[in-house]
Amino acid sequence: MSQTQGARGDGLAPERAFKAICLLALALPLFLLLVLVGKAFADGWPRLTWDFLSGYPSRNPQLAGILPALAGSMCLMLLTAAIGIPLGVGAAIYLEEYSRPGRLTSLVEVNISNLAGVPSIIYGLLGLELFVRTMQMGRSLLAGAATLALLILPMVIMASREALRTVPQSTREACYALGADRWQTVRRVVLPMSLPGILTGIILSLARAIGETAPLITIGALTYVAFLPNSVNSPFTALPIQIFNWISRPQAGFHVNAAAGIIVLLAIMLLLNGTAIWLRARFQRRFH
Amino acid sequence: MHERPEERHTRDRFGLPESLLASANAMTVVPTTSKIRVENLRAWFGQTEVLKGITLSITERRSTAIIGPSGCGKSTFIRCLNRMHEVVRSARVAGRVFLDGTDIYEDGINPVRLRQRVGMVFQKPNPFPTMSIRENVLAGLRLQGIRSHDQDGLVERALRNAALWDEVKDILGRSGESLSGGQQQRLCIARALALEPEVLLMDEPCSALDPVATAKIENLIHDLRKQYTVAIVTHNMQQASRVADYTAFLYIGELVEFGETTDLFTNPSDPRTEDYITGRFG
Repeated sequence: MSQTQGARGDGLAPERAFKAICLLALALPLFLLLVLVGKAFADGWPRLTWDFLSGYPSRNPQLAGILPALAGSMCLMLLTAAIGIPLGVGAAIYLEEYSRPGRLTSLVEVNISNLAGVPSIIYGLLGLELFVRTMQMGRSLLAGAATLALLILPMVIMASREALRTVPQSTREACYALGADRWQTVRRVVLPMSLPGILTGIILSLARAIGETAPLITIGALTYVAFLPNSVNSPFTALPIQIFNWISRPQAGFHVNAAAGIIVLLAIMLLLNGTAIWLRARFQRRFH
Repeated sequence: MHERPEERHTRDRFGLPESLLASANAMTVVPTTSKIRVENLRAWFGQTEVLKGITLSITERRSTAIIGPSGCGKSTFIRCLNRMHEVVRSARVAGRVFLDGTDIYEDGINPVRLRQRVGMVFQKPNPFPTMSIRENVLAGLRLQGIRSHDQDGLVERALRNAALWDEVKDILGRSGESLSGGQQQRLCIARALALEPEVLLMDEPCSALDPVATAKIENLIHDLRKQYTVAIVTHNMQQASRVADYTAFLYIGELVEFGETTDLFTNPSDPRTEDYITGRFG
């Protein structure tokens, strides 16, 4: 009896140690994140005024605003979504619902997984050569959005496939047995059921796209833009680029601006991620 | 191995459609016609042959039960009758299945159209979770983009035919998944009936249900066979004897015995049938 208890007592020690390690693994990055965000807030919060949000860049850090970058980022997001979502979801539907397993399919699958791990600057170089030069889009919003769409494509495809896979085969069969063809089944039953997962994947991918700097710098987004984009062909800047630009200036005033810009960018990302969580919760409630 | 000659002998005795129809006609008062004729049906999953040449007839406006131990191919058999077998990757079929005299495996036949005439109810209730009860009943029409002017009437008729109307008439807007298992299964039956099929295939429709729900579905099948041609797969022999006019006994992909249900259960002519129905295996 006592021996059993002793053994049990011994068994608990590694359990506790493991728990402590896990807690530490959680606490450490969280602490670092808090310090960084806290510093950005401490520096940038006083600068975050309406004038800052609605102002144009200036040589004087006190007068410089973020509006062109904010507008550029928003336009970039919309265009990226318009290009990336149909392509990504379409590819996922093809791979999950139509393709027959074979050499070509596995080749495509391996490539998609690999592309998800390619550094974003490589996408920038591809965008520069393909969209800016070969397709002669110039250093435009469209070229930027097309590059970012390529960047998020693997993520959208993988998240959408994951979501499509959660729809049970029995539901598809129920549909076929009612005399529906493959497309009717996908459109009326499979897509609605996997929508929360697909939406979550899309929003998280877009949240990543909005934070990307390297590919946009590579394709030649401007760093000083004193106007708003008026068409898909107009030159543009984006929030991360504006922040990067300010932070590399020697004047301390611009560093404050950068901190304020970081807060704006963080707020947009939080908003996007919050929307993703809200959407998922909403659809899950509706279905169950 | 040594069973081979015996099996061939059995197929000769029970596989031939002439003898089958003759016996069916002799024993029923109302003249019956064959709705589905299956000739030498073989089916595979990959390299595994799960049906090894089945020949039988399914009589119009009667219910036919397919019984047999697990893995004997009974589900595969009825899935071949509305070409659902081929939905599974690596699945293959050979042989002929005539519906009203037309081979459904012929080149020009669209399996999608066929399935509108031959409805199916599955083992596990599978209402569409994103749709309400009403939408579930109308799903077949909506999926195919058919507009119906009397949707309310159609929903009520289908739910009444499935003996579910009284229980759900006030909650038609609620999700199909909010119902109990037995109600969900009757909803799936209503969903199939809403398309007004000629044949209703049921793949162990009660195996996921409790006895009370099972009794309700069985009563329902009892009524449905007056209007529809019903083929029901079951591993429950009592169920077969309660709901089926004819019974086929399948064993490891072969049709061992087929005949009137009462005959097959009281006077089996094959020793394997007798062993199975007396519970010696299965």
